[in-house]
Amino acid sequence: MTPAKFEPGDRVRVRADGRPGHVRTPGYVRGKTGRIERFLGAFKNPESLAYGGSGLPEKPLYKVGFRQTDLWDGYAGRAQDALYVDLYEHWLEPARKETL
Amino acid sequence: MSGTHHDLEEHGHEGVKPSAEAGRYAARIRAIEALLVEKSVLAEGDVWRQIEYMEARSPINGAKLVARAWVDPVFKASLLSDTKAAALELGIDASGPVEFVTVENTPEVHNLIVCTLCSCYPRAILGRPPDWYKSFNYRSRAVNEPRAVMREFGLEIPEDIKVAVHDSSADVRYLVLPMRPPGTEGMGEEDLAGLVTRDCLIGVSVPRVEGVRAGAPGTANPTPRR
Repeated sequence: MTPAKFEPGDRVRVRADGRPGHVRTPGYVRGKTGRIERFLGAFKNPESLAYGGSGLPEKPLYKVGFRQTDLWDGYAGRAQDALYVDLYEHWLEPARKETL
Repeated sequence: MSGTHHDLEEHGHEGVKPSAEAGRYAARIRAIEALLVEKSVLAEGDVWRQIEYMEARSPINGAKLVARAWVDPVFKASLLSDTKAAALELGIDASGPVEFVTVENTPEVHNLIVCTLCSCYPRAILGRPPDWYKSFNYRSRAVNEPRAVMREFGLEIPEDIKVAVHDSSADVRYLVLPMRPPGTEGMGEEDLAGLVTRDCLIGVSVPRVEGVRAGAPGTANPTPRR
């Protein structure tokens, strides 16, 4: 795999692709901005494995954190509540730096 | 076990024995299994070995990990940094392609696990997930109204506590390390493990001690026994 492109603390935007087929990026985070929490390792690409492919090259996987209030209109919990999703690097693009 | 058909039929699985009376879906599965063996996708006995593997796992494994972490800070550090290695220390073999991460409940944060895309679950440690974990209702609501979902399980998270939901939809499986409830200071590891239910490991519950109103995050101060 290529070296991991993002570091913990980086702001990232999830690609808003409406890609058909087997993907592991939940629809509710597409187009949303979050923060890299940690690098989880490199794993075979599920979008290739699902169709009998080799899954290679392996894709870097990150735990990405989002504020719940950024994900849902009218979120009924508290402002500090967070949601974490594990996302492959090719679904992420750098977002503007801003303070949390 | 050797993989011959004869051995398999003599194998004593209560309720999961191959049966001539099984329904049409079971018959279809058997036919698919036979075809997969014929085409050398599976070896004879692979399915049974996988069933045995899964049946040998249960939430008791998770309870053991938690209880050890409560009494042994070095083990706790290991569990949080490398769950697979920590599990192996207790004889729990979670080897395989997926990773395991343990997230810790603290007085500031309560963790909840879900897989919105399917039903990813730390099966290699805990065995099969409960049916509700796979339900559309839980999978869709745990992400956008986690506090309401936990309330339905009887768990009220105080407002000043952060709720952290982990959607484990890729190659990592999550376990929650709950907080050790007050009133358990004199308890041994085995008794402590008895307090840790499957639901505590998913995050829809917390360990409770009878007679002590505690266990929920934010209620860390022991209350007198009633």
